[in-house]
Parts: sequence; C-alpha cells; structure tokens
Amino acid sequence: MLSLLATGFLASALAPVLYRRFRENFGWIAVIFPLFMFAGFLWNYPRVASGEVIRESMLWVPSLGVNLSFLLDGLSLTFAMIITLVGAAVFLFAGAYMKGYADAGRFYLYIGVFMTSMLGLVLSDNMLLMFVFWELTGISSFLLIGFNHQKAQSRRSALQALLVTGGGGLALLAGILLLYQVTGSFEISSFYDMNAVVTAHPLYPLIVILLLCGAFTKSAQFPFHFWLPNAMEAPTPVSAYLHSATMVKAGIYLIARMNHEIGGTAIWQDTVLVTGAATMLLSGLLAFRQTDLKKLLAYSTLSVLGTLVMLLGIGSQLAIKAFFIYLIAHSLYKGTLFLVAGTLDHATGTRDVTKLGGLGRLMPVTAATAALASLSMMGVIPLVGFIGKETVYKAILELEPWGMILISAAVLSNAFVVMVTLLVGFRPFWGKLLPTPKNPHESPLKMLIGPGVLAALGLLFGLFPDVFISSMLDQSAASILSETLSLKIVLWHGFNLVLLLSFVTLFLGGALYLVRSRVSARMEGLSLPGWIKPSVWYEAGLQGMLSVARRQTALVQNGYLRNYIIVIIATASLFAIYTLSRAAEGLVLVSGSSITFYEAALAFIIVVSTLLLVTSESRLKSVVSLGVLGFSIGIIFVIYGAPDVALTTFAIETLNVVLFVLVLYRLPRFVKLSSTSNRVRDAMIALGVGGFMTMMVLVATSFDLSSELKDFFASASLPDGKGRNVVNVILVDFRAIDTLGEITVLAVAAMGVAALMKLKPDRRS
Amino acid sequence: MYSLILATASRYLLLLLLIFSVFLLLRGHNEPGGGFTGGLVGASAYALYFIANGIGEARRVLRFDPQAVVASGLLLAALSTLPSLVAGEPFMTAIWIDTGIPLIGKVGTPLLFDFGVYLLVLGMTLSIVFTLAGEEVRP
Repeated sequence: MLSLLATGFLASALAPVLYRRFRENFGWIAVIFPLFMFAGFLWNYPRVASGEVIRESMLWVPSLGVNLSFLLDGLSLTFAMIITLVGAAVFLFAGAYMKGYADAGRFYLYIGVFMTSMLGLVLSDNMLLMFVFWELTGISSFLLIGFNHQKAQSRRSALQALLVTGGGGLALLAGILLLYQVTGSFEISSFYDMNAVVTAHPLYPLIVILLLCGAFTKSAQFPFHFWLPNAMEAPTPVSAYLHSATMVKAGIYLIARMNHEIGGTAIWQDTVLVTGAATMLLSGLLAFRQTDLKKLLAYSTLSVLGTLVMLLGIGSQLAIKAFFIYLIAHSLYKGTLFLVAGTLDHATGTRDVTKLGGLGRLMPVTAATAALASLSMMGVIPLVGFIGKETVYKAILELEPWGMILISAAVLSNAFVVMVTLLVGFRPFWGKLLPTPKNPHESPLKMLIGPGVLAALGLLFGLFPDVFISSMLDQSAASILSETLSLKIVLWHGFNLVLLLSFVTLFLGGALYLVRSRVSARMEGLSLPGWIKPSVWYEAGLQGMLSVARRQTALVQNGYLRNYIIVIIATASLFAIYTLSRAAEGLVLVSGSSITFYEAALAFIIVVSTLLLVTSESRLKSVVSLGVLGFSIGIIFVIYGAPDVALTTFAIETLNVVLFVLVLYRLPRFVKLSSTSNRVRDAMIALGVGGFMTMMVLVATSFDLSSELKDFFASASLPDGKGRNVVNVILVDFRAIDTLGEITVLAVAAMGVAALMKLKPDRRS
Repeated sequence: MYSLILATASRYLLLLLLIFSVFLLLRGHNEPGGGFTGGLVGASAYALYFIANGIGEARRVLRFDPQAVVASGLLLAALSTLPSLVAGEPFMTAIWIDTGIPLIGKVGTPLLFDFGVYLLVLGMTLSIVFTLAGEEVRP
C-alpha cells in the first residue's frame, strides 16, 4: 500500500508535465490512474469480504512510534473504493470542465495529491501517519478551493476552510498525543482491546472532546458547518469530489474508526448523536432559501453528513448498517448531482435555479442522469437511496426514548433534501426553456460518462443489494462495532411504518417545493440577528487575532534593526538571568593562580580592542578592532584545545572583515545620531548581556559537568562514526539532522539577503 | 584599486586555497576541519580573487550562480540521507562502503553530507559577498 501511495504522489507530480503534452485528451489519461487503483482495491475485495484484515508495516521513526503501517479492512476498503471510483468519474469530467482554465495542469496536481492523501488517511493504521494525511487533505483542499485565486471570495473561502479544519486538526493532534499517553501506542489496531482502559482513564473526556473537535470541523458539523457552503467557490469537480463524496467524510471515518476503541460511553455516543442530529436538522432549514445549485447541494450534503454522524451516535447494529448503505448511496448520487450542476453551469453559464428551465430537450442524457440520481437522493424505490433511507428510519425508530423526536427531525430534514432534489435534479430540465447567458447544448462525452456511471450504479446497488453491498457490510461493521452483523439487506420490506414515513417525506418535500417561492418572498425582510451565526464568531475571532498581530508587530518589529536586537537579547538574558540566579548558590570561583602570560595578554588585547570598537568615530577602525577581537578569541580557542572552533572562527573573522568593508562602501558618512540617553541605555543593555554571559560561564564551570554524552560520543566516534574528530562526527553523523536544519536556515538566509539587496535596485545606483 | 602583484598572486592563491579547503573538508572526519570550515576557506579564496580582480572576473571564475551552489549543497545534503531509507535503516543512519583503495579508504554518506555543507556554506558566503559587492544577482 505504501508503494501505491508513493506512485500516487509521483503521478500527481508528473500531471502538469503530461498535461502540457496532451492537453485535449488528458482527461482520458488522468482517469487511468484512479481506475487502476480502484481495480487494485476491487481485487482485494474477496479477501476482505471473507473476513481477512490486510496489514502492511514499515518502520519510519520507530523511536517515536511513527511507522508506515497500513490497514485494509472492511471500513477502509469501503472508503478506498468510494474515493477511487468517484475519483475516476471526477478526473474524467474535469478533462472537459477545466479546459477553459489556464492552470488546469496544476489542478490535476492538487487533486491527485488530494486523492492519494485521502487514500492514505483511510488506509493508515498509525494515528500520526493518519494525521499527516489528514493535514495533507486539508492543504490540498485549501489549494483547490482557492483555485480561482484572482477572486477575493475564493481566497477568503479557502482560508476559512483551512483555518477551521486546520484548527480542528490541531485539536485532533492533541487528542492523538493524549491517547498515546494512555495507551502507549499510535497503532490503531493495538487499541482494539484497550477500550476499558481508555474509557476509565481520567484523561478520557478530554481525549473525546479533542478527537471529536477534529472530526466535527473536518466533516462540517454544527457549529463548524459554515465553511462547507463557502467552499463551493471551488471548481465544480472539486466540490463533487472533496466537499461531498470524500474529504468531508474524513471526520466521519475518524469517528467510525475510533468508535470501537474509545466509544461506547455516554459522553461519546451522546455528543456524536446530538451534534449529528443538530447538523441534520439545521442544514435542512438553511437550505430553504438558497437558489444557487451548488449551495443547495452543499446544504443537503451537510444534512447527510449530520445524519451519518447521528447514526454513529446511535451505534446500534441497525444504525451501523444504515450508516454504510447511506454512505455509499450518498457518494453515488451526490457526486452525480454535483457533476450535473457543473454540466449545467458549463452549458448555460449560470447556477441560479430560478433562471434555469426546459433544458431536458436540449440535454437529454444529462437530464436522464440527473433524474436517476435525484430519485436515489429522494429515496424512491428501487434505487439504493431508498434502502438507505428506510434503514435510517428503522434505526432511529429503534431508539428509546428519543426515537419519536428524532424521527420527526429526520423526516423533516429529509423533506428539505427532497425539496433540494426537486430544485436541482428536475426543475432545470422541465417546463419552459428560459434564456441563459450561454446557449445550452449537450455536453461532451467526457462529462457524461462519469455521472452516468455513478447514477447507474445507484440503480444497480438498489436492485441487487445482495451482490454489491451485503458481503462487505459484515466486515465493515466489524471494524466499527467489533461484532459481525447478521442483517440482510433487502429492497422491499413490505408495507409498514417505515414505508409510510418514506411517503410522508416525499409528500412533505413536494409541498415544501411548492410553497417555497412564496414563503421565501415573505421571509425576505426577515433576518436573523448576526450573533446567532457561527460564521460571525469566526470572523470576529479572525479579525481580533489579526489586529492583535498588527499591534504586536508594530511594537516588537518596528523596522529598526537595533530595536530587534535589543528585544531579542534583552528577553533572552532576562529569562536566563532568572534561571541562573537560582542556580547561583553553589557558585565556586575557580582560583586565578593558573593564569599564564599569554592569557593575560590576550585578555588585555580583547579589552582594549573592545573599548576602541565602541568609542571610535571611524567605521574602518571599528571594523579592524572587531577583527582583532575575533582573532584574539580564536587564539583562546587554540590555547584551550578546540582547534575546530578556532579554525572556523578565523575563517569567519576574515570573511567578516571583507563583508564589513564591502558594506562600508555603501554607507553615508559617519554621524552621531543617537542621543546620550539612548547611548546610556544601550550601554546598560550591553553590560547586562555581558554580565549574563559571565555569570553563565561561572555557573557552567563551577558545576561538575561529567555527562554520559561526553563519554558516549568520545567512545562511539571511531567505531560507529568511523572518524577520530568527535566534533565533526557529531555534526555530520550523530546529530546530522540538527545540521541539516541549520544549513537549511542558512540557505534561506542567503536567499533573504539576496532578496533584500534586490529590493530597491534604483537606490543603489 | 588594481594591484598587478595581488592580481597575479591571487590566481595561484585561488587554486591553492581551494585545494586547501577541500583538504580541510576531507580530513575533517579525523582531524580538525570539516565542511563548514572548508566552505568558509573556499569562500575566502574567491573573496580574495574578487578583491584583486573585481566582481565580474570573480563571478566568471566561479562559473555558477552562488544561489545555485547553495541549492545544490542543500540538495546534496538532503540526498545523502536517502541511502539509509533504501537500506531499510532508520532515517539518516550513516552508510559506509570500504573501497579498499589506498588514501581514499572508506566512503560514506556523512562525507556526502559534509560536502553538501561545504557547498552550501561556500555558496551562501559568496552570494552575500557578491550581492554586497554591487552587481545585480540577475537582472
């Protein structure tokens, strides 16, 4: 599986190059990749369906417990197949849809990276590995939402999605680390038997809250739901893929995955249940006044996400069964409808439902596809959506004592979904033909295949649930509940309460559709107070943070280099002096009897050159004194047996003088600008820092510093590091990762210097 | 100010100093020296050449853009960490090969890493020196 993901990232990196080469036909090439992966997962299907759990593991950072370990069981296989299948439809669709964009090559790079990271997320067996992929999906989503980066609204929405999901991601990371404290492992499969240990631990409530924060932000649950409708700024293939079929389900995947490890308690089940139900109901209501095709679909997606979360909260066998059927059904029909919305936008130039009508004659294939998906979304027999909705209702009715209240919420919310479906899936195709910005026409083949296949699968799954879903269901449920189900899926349950509820939902939805325009005209004047919307809190929080940052920047970084230095060294020495003064009790002054003549002479030279340096009125003299000072210190290193440091000091001092002389060329004549009080202040600070350094040296020398490290490095240098120079072996071998970090900083600094000098070329001439 | 003696001497000194800097780099594993010091000495070699012959001439002798030298140094250092992954060892474990050739002896990834440090320090110092020396890095 690691090689699969590596191939994914590699192929994504190649995408822009290949795109430039093939352009017109790139859609056909791009689709090979998700299809290939899909075939790979399909090949594993029989093994997983028969109850096998496929594991793969490679050490990455074993000392930290971070390993490249992967897990393919029913749950991850279901998600992986959704990701690759919808991915294939979207890639092909994008081949035609993205033609007009100049940066379409980059689009494929982003969406390829997304698909691979999403697969990585659902396949990871290691929590930290999963977190890495989790963040990668967030970043690729940011790039994709902001793909039309010239539009301010796109940029704002992208940032909003990133901040909300990224903030949740941080909570998730904290939760993962706390979980590690309790269990001592990051491997998800090792938590299987630890439910009792984890739930009894005092940290448990905190872990639950943090993990759920991550999941709820990612899956746009109330009150974090507002980023999802705004994310509709993305090109439509992105909305279809990331923001309905896959990424927003990552949070749900997390809840499902962790359910049997840390779930089963009141706090877990109730929080999940209530949040899901609230999201389900609220988003239905919010959908009422929308007119934009994609926004309508976004709110109905929210409603489905809420339902899925609620089902996990119920957590009964039936609920988990409903969860899976609904999950699959939703991915199929919502992916299709989003792509249909994209097709309509592409063909007519508008996404406003009130401006679309009568397109069925001009775009028959699209209309048929839309109708098929819509029927599934409304839950009409014999499509898979029908089975999904029936099972959901049944699962809710089982619940005591809240079943009746929840079922009315579910019916109401589903009625809104039916209304949305009528608006999106039927209205544009029926009735009178309305004038649109572009002349509508049937779309190219590339835009028809994907949605068509997804919609047809919705029908097939509904007609033959045994063949397609049943065998998978047991294993998937086993991943969540740790018990296998013995529930059959059938299309027809007979005439019962649930069927009646299905009809009620349809009628209610139809009624809502009919009264919609009248009621929403009535509601025009009405508006909710701002503080009720979570998006307003988000805005306020963001603005507050920015203004604090502005004020703080103005205070600490005011553009004067001298102030930066004062702030940095004063802060450092103040804190260090505090610590040192507490350690100063055991201070013993080393007696001065061993001072040699050389040392005394060097000290004298250093003092004199320092005085010369700070009092001189000539810059050249100062630079030379600084050089003398540096070389004297270098000699001290030589005397005390640190030839490496001495060598480096000499080299640096030499170059320093050269650099200073170069800078001197550019400076104006030396003038004393600072007032006496400033100079006194600077002198005080300088003396303070000097005092601090002296104190540190005294403290450092008066304690016994024999550490194991010294012996270890000295003895391991030759056998393990193959070198006699311990300093260098530490630098390039034992501590090479530190060095790598340092030289990276150096490289960035070099770029910074070059950029600074280039900033105002006119001033220098 | 152009000095004929310095200009002539600097040509030979450049070569000598560069050899010395590589010598420092190579012996760094057993004796004082190493990539950082070597890189600084190498940079001073070019700095001397620049002082004697001017910036254009120094750039020409270096052949590569200092920024490119920085980048290749960082790349080399990063690449030297990869063999450990291929060999299935923990990240950044040193891999040594005993060539058996006299004078060269064992060659390992730390040496590559150190060479990356050498290039990076050389390039970084020179990019600062050359930028300050007044010419545009690139138009």
